[in-house]
Amino acid sequence: MHPLRKTRPLRRTVLACAGTVSAFVLLLSLKPHSPPEVTAAPAPSSSASAPGGSGGSGSGGGSASGTRTVTGEPVQTRWGPVQVRVTVTDGRITDVTAVTYPRDNPRDQQINSYALPELRSEALRAQSADIDTVSGATYTSDGYRESLQSALDAAGL
Amino acid sequence: MGTVFSFDVRGGEPGAVRGALDAAVAGLHRVDEVFSTYREDSEVSRLARGELTVADCAPEVGEVLRLGARAERTSDGWFSLRHQGRLDPTGIVKGWAAERAARLLAEVPGVCGVSVNGGGDVQLLGVPAPGRPWRVGVADPLRPGGLAAVISTAGVSELAVATSGTAERGAHIVDPRTGRSAVTDLVAVTVVAPRLTWADCWATAAFAMGSRAGLAWLDPLPDTEALLITAGDEVRCTGGLAARLG
Repeated sequence: MHPLRKTRPLRRTVLACAGTVSAFVLLLSLKPHSPPEVTAAPAPSSSASAPGGSGGSGSGGGSASGTRTVTGEPVQTRWGPVQVRVTVTDGRITDVTAVTYPRDNPRDQQINSYALPELRSEALRAQSADIDTVSGATYTSDGYRESLQSALDAAGL
Repeated sequence: MGTVFSFDVRGGEPGAVRGALDAAVAGLHRVDEVFSTYREDSEVSRLARGELTVADCAPEVGEVLRLGARAERTSDGWFSLRHQGRLDPTGIVKGWAAERAARLLAEVPGVCGVSVNGGGDVQLLGVPAPGRPWRVGVADPLRPGGLAAVISTAGVSELAVATSGTAERGAHIVDPRTGRSAVTDLVAVTVVAPRLTWADCWATAAFAMGSRAGLAWLDPLPDTEALLITAGDEVRCTGGLAARLG
């Protein structure tokens, strides 16, 4: 695509394995046992994020080589809406913040004080040169991930 | 609330990879449709109600039930295909489906590496780049942002990393013997094995067993290593885990 573009060493490592394709998909029902009454799922049509699927509501701009921020779509979770904003610099995620998250009660605040930094570092870590992906018990983070992915889609990452 | 699958495919002609990815994603949606216990009209729901026989269902249903029966035997019933007496194969479906998707993607000519992460459970095939292994961080359940370990695929062509735990909102693993949330001293169990289908089942079973019985059961399983973290922040692992750390 950009035959004349100078590539940085990291970029070259990736290109050495010609072409990287990534995608996210959200499935609604495949999860460990939990009481059905609390698994109020959003409508499949609005929450499935297949490859090349719906983008987020992009906000902010800037060229592909500069720094820009993109806000993902708000995603309903059983505890309230979650919305994520990413900052992209030179094609890499440099920050992830939650602009909207459940904080109606002390328990929510307690959980989010744990979960949000964890999810932020997970997102940053997952694209680091050292770690390809993260294994862990995830439960509340799906709305966050979904909003994050819509932001990444909108950012063209 | 569902499970997010993420895919990372290295190598291959982009158009061919994109096509395989579309097929893999369609396969996951179909699995969701067939196996969902939340959809009253899914084949598994109808099977559970006795409206269908296994022979009437998609061939994948029979395959998953056979695998699940094997998991029940190997785990001495700690892994179960039933929930509150009702047929519920969701405990095995996610790992099985993610592994199947990964294998489908790896078949594309020129693809050198595939990583599929289904809700924190990962199947890795090949390498991300020549001379470099896949590296998977294991989230530390007791330290936000920290890693308890890093697992590497160095020296093997396929590896899965599955973690079961209480997660942020309390226990979601059911003890098949009592039908209630598992009483365990563990906050997380990570199992490392070639196939995600089994790694996922073994992590679930070992979590319900607790650290002592879980470790004793996991240690002799062939090609299977594990990291167990207790609520008291004690870390225990199988004898061969060190060879998989990177």
